[in-house]
Amino acid sequence: MQRLRIRYAKRGRLRFTSHRDFSRAFERALVRAGVPMAYSSGFNPHPRISYGGAAPTGSASEAEYLEIGLREEVDPTEVARRLDEALPPGLDVLDVVESSGGALADRLEASVWRIHRLEADRSALEEAVAAFLARDEVVVERMTKKGVRGFDARHAVVTLRVADITDNDDRCAILEVVLRHGSPSVRPDDVLAGIREASGLHAGSAALFERLAQGPLDEGTGTVGDPLAPDRDAV
Amino acid sequence: MPATAAAHDSVWGRLEPLLPGVQKPIQYVGGELNSTSKEWDETDVRWALMYPDAYEVGLPNQGVQILYEVLNEQDRVLAERTYAVWPDMEQAMREHGIPQFTVDAHRPVRAFDLLGVSFSTELGYTNLLTALDLAGIPLHAVDRTEADPLVLAGGHAAFNPEPIAEFVDAAVLGDGEEVVLAITEVVREWKEEGCPGAGGRSPRDELLYRLAVSGGVYVPKFYDVEYLPDGRIRRVVPNTSGVPWRVAKHTLMDLDAWPYPRKPLVPLAETVHERYSVEIFRGCTRGCRFCQAGMITRPVRERSITTIGDMVENGIRSSGFEEVGLLSLSSADHSEIGDVAKGLADRYEGSNVSLSLPSTRVDAFNIDLANEFSRNGRRSGLTFAPEGGSERMRRVINKMVTEEDLIRTVAAAYSHGWRQVKLYFMCGLPTETDEDVLGIADLAKKVIAKGREVSGRNDIRCTVSIGGFVPKPHTPFQWAAQLDWETTDERLKKLRDDVRADKKYGRAIGFRYHDGRPGIIEGLLSRGDRRVGRVIEAVWRDGGRFDGWSEHFSFDRWVEACEKALAGTPVDLDWYTTRERDYAEVLPWDHLDSGLDRDWLWEDWQDAIDPDGAEVEDCRWNPCYDCGVCPQMDTEIQIGPTGRKLLPLSVV
Repeated sequence: MQRLRIRYAKRGRLRFTSHRDFSRAFERALVRAGVPMAYSSGFNPHPRISYGGAAPTGSASEAEYLEIGLREEVDPTEVARRLDEALPPGLDVLDVVESSGGALADRLEASVWRIHRLEADRSALEEAVAAFLARDEVVVERMTKKGVRGFDARHAVVTLRVADITDNDDRCAILEVVLRHGSPSVRPDDVLAGIREASGLHAGSAALFERLAQGPLDEGTGTVGDPLAPDRDAV
Repeated sequence: MPATAAAHDSVWGRLEPLLPGVQKPIQYVGGELNSTSKEWDETDVRWALMYPDAYEVGLPNQGVQILYEVLNEQDRVLAERTYAVWPDMEQAMREHGIPQFTVDAHRPVRAFDLLGVSFSTELGYTNLLTALDLAGIPLHAVDRTEADPLVLAGGHAAFNPEPIAEFVDAAVLGDGEEVVLAITEVVREWKEEGCPGAGGRSPRDELLYRLAVSGGVYVPKFYDVEYLPDGRIRRVVPNTSGVPWRVAKHTLMDLDAWPYPRKPLVPLAETVHERYSVEIFRGCTRGCRFCQAGMITRPVRERSITTIGDMVENGIRSSGFEEVGLLSLSSADHSEIGDVAKGLADRYEGSNVSLSLPSTRVDAFNIDLANEFSRNGRRSGLTFAPEGGSERMRRVINKMVTEEDLIRTVAAAYSHGWRQVKLYFMCGLPTETDEDVLGIADLAKKVIAKGREVSGRNDIRCTVSIGGFVPKPHTPFQWAAQLDWETTDERLKKLRDDVRADKKYGRAIGFRYHDGRPGIIEGLLSRGDRRVGRVIEAVWRDGGRFDGWSEHFSFDRWVEACEKALAGTPVDLDWYTTRERDYAEVLPWDHLDSGLDRDWLWEDWQDAIDPDGAEVEDCRWNPCYDCGVCPQMDTEIQIGPTGRKLLPLSVV
C-alpha cells in the first residue's frame, strides 16, 4: 500500500473549521479528486487516513499534516493538484510526498505559532514576555471537559519573542512562540494566559493564532524542522 | 476599499472576532463547495434566500439550493443564503450591532431587493421575526420603505400564509423554479424604470402591485379580511382593482428540463442530511387524506430514468457525497423504480456509493428494491408507514394497507436478513378511539412474532414511531377537529403501557413519540388566520425562538400569548385547533388556489367519516376522480415508463 503524507493549510474564514468538519470535507474531496483510497475492511469500511495533531478550531495554520493509504500507486504531485482543487479555497493542500516509513506523528515534536491582533504596544509586550520567561513555572487554568484544570504553561515554551514584523493592516505587534508538544498539551492561548499571569498584561481578547510550522525540534537552536524532509530525502 | 461604507458592505470584519465565542462558528462562515460568489455591482436584481432554521437543518434544504442555483445561473442576478442564527449568536450580534447577514458574502440582508423565505413548517415563523429584526427590516410590512427588501414567503406552509400576512409582503404558492425568474424580471424592469410609483401607489406598492396583477404572487395587503360576529371569516376581498380574486399555485412541468441541484452545496459543518438527493418525481396522488404535501403538489410529474442517472453521477462527482437519496413523496411509485434501482446498483457496484430510498409503501416490491439498494451493504433497518393502527383507521385516511399486506411485507424483510423494521403511525386522526391506537401495539407484536418465526432469531426489533396528527389546509381533513393534547397524551400512555406490559414481545418493540402539545401550536399556525399574527409576535417578543426544537419550544408561552393577544375576540386557541368546521365556513386560505376542487375535498372528507365511504384509488393507474387540479391548473400527469435503461458508465 502506497502511503502519502500531506501538508495542508487552514486559512481565512475556514480557520473556523473544526477537526471533525475537516475530516468529513477531506473524505469527500478524496472522492471528488478520484484518489484511489485504500479502505479498512469490516462492516463499515472507512478510508485509511491518519491525522497529525490538529490545530484548535478558530486557529489558522500553515502546517497541518495527515497521511493517507492508497490501493494503487499514484503520482504525489498529481494528487496534490487534484486534492487542492477538490477542497474549498481556504483548505489548501501545500505538499504531498510519498512516505518512506516511520511514524509521522513522532516527527511532530513542536510547533511554531504566531499570535496576531494583540492589543498592546511593542514595549509593553516585550516587558511581559520577559516576565513570563523569567519564571520557571506559570500555572494557568483552562476549561476542559472535566472542569477547570490548572497546569504549567511555561515548560512547553521553547522560545517566545515579539516578532520583528507587524501585520500590514493594523500594525499590531505579533508574538512568535515555539511550543513543545506533550501532555498536557500547551496551546498558544495558554501562553497568552501565562503572560497575563506573569505580567498582568491582558492583550489577547481578540487574538488570532496561526501555526506556521510543525516538525522535529532542534533543542539547541529552538528551531522546528521539516517533518517531511526524511521522506523527500529517501526518494 | 470603497471610500464610503455602502449598505451592502460585508460585515465579516466585525463578525469574525465574535466567532471564537459562539457555538459551531463554521455555520456562519460560508465558503461551501459549489457556493457562488458574485460582485454586487455586476448584478441588477439581488435575492437573499432564507431557510428559517439553524444552518445544519437549512443548508441541505433542496428548495433553497435549487432556487439559489437557478437564480445565480442568470446573468446580472445575485442570490445569497441566510439562516436562523442560534440564540448565542443573536445575542452577540445585538451587542455588537451586527445585522442579519448572508453566509456567502456576509452582506446585510436589508441591502437586497428581495428576501425569499422558504417555510417547510409553520414552526419557523418566530425565526422569521428574529431575522427581520436583526436585519433592521420593520416587522410589519406596512412600516417598510424603499430601503427594505420585499419579504416573500414560499414553501408548503405558504399555502396558508395568513398567520404571517402582516410580516411578509407577498407569498408564492407551489414550485419555485420558474416563478422566481418571473419575479426577478418584474423587479428588474421596475428598477430599470427608476423604481417608479404609479396610480397613487408608492414605489414599493407599485412593485407589489405589478407582482400581484401577474396572478401568481399573493400580496396580502391588497386583500381585506372581514369577520362575522362569531369570529368566523365573512369574506376575503381584493381592495385594489386588477388583483385576482384567487391566487394560483405554480406547477413546474417537465422536470427533466430542470435537473437541479446540479452543483449541490457541500457544507463543512455537519448537517442533518449528508447526502446528494435527487427528486425522482414531484407530486403524489395516492390520496392519503391527512397528507398536505400529496394534495398541494399534484399532479405527479416524474423525472425520467436517464435524467435521474445523469443527476446521480454528476451529483456524486461534483459533491464527493457517497450517499445518494432518491427523494419523492413515495419513491417506490416511480414507474421505472425497479430499473432505476437495478441500474444504479449495477453502476456503483464495488464502489462505496450507497443508495437510499425513503421507503414508505407497504408491499413486497419495496423489499426487492431495498435488497437491490443494499447489495453490498448491511441490512439494518427498513421503514414502513401504515399510519393508522387499525384497518378502520386506515380506511378513514385512505391508506389502504391490510394487516395481511403488512405482515407479509415484514416477513419478507426479516427473511431477507433485515433485522429491524420501523413503523410510522399517527395519533389523533379523525374518528380515532383508544382501540385504534392500541391496534398499533397489536400490529407491532404480530410483526415481532412473524419476524421471529421467519428469521429464526430472537434479536429482531420493531420500532414504532408516532406523530401527532395536525389537520392541514388544502386537504380533506382541513375541516376536522384536531384532537386535544391531553387526550393524545393519554392514548399514547395507554399504548406505551400496553407494549411494556407484554412479557413476550415488549422488549423487542421500541417506542418513539412526542407529547401532544407542540402539535396544537402547529395546528394553530397551520389553520390560523391573520389574527394569529399577533400571537406569533407576542411569543417572539417574549423570547420565542426555534419552535421546531423541543429544547427551545415553550407551550406555556404560546398559550399565554394566545390568551393575551386574542383577548376581546370571539376566538381562542381551541377555536383554531379542536373545533370542527362546516362546509359553509370561509376558510382563511379559500382565496388561495391549490387547484383542488373544494367540493371534491368536502366529498372526500365525508367519505372519510362515513363507515361506508368510498375509497380513492390512485389516478395514475385508475380513472381520474376529479380532484380538480389538472383542469384548473392546465397540467397533466407525466409518468413513464420510458422503456429506457441505465447503461454502465464508461470508465474514465
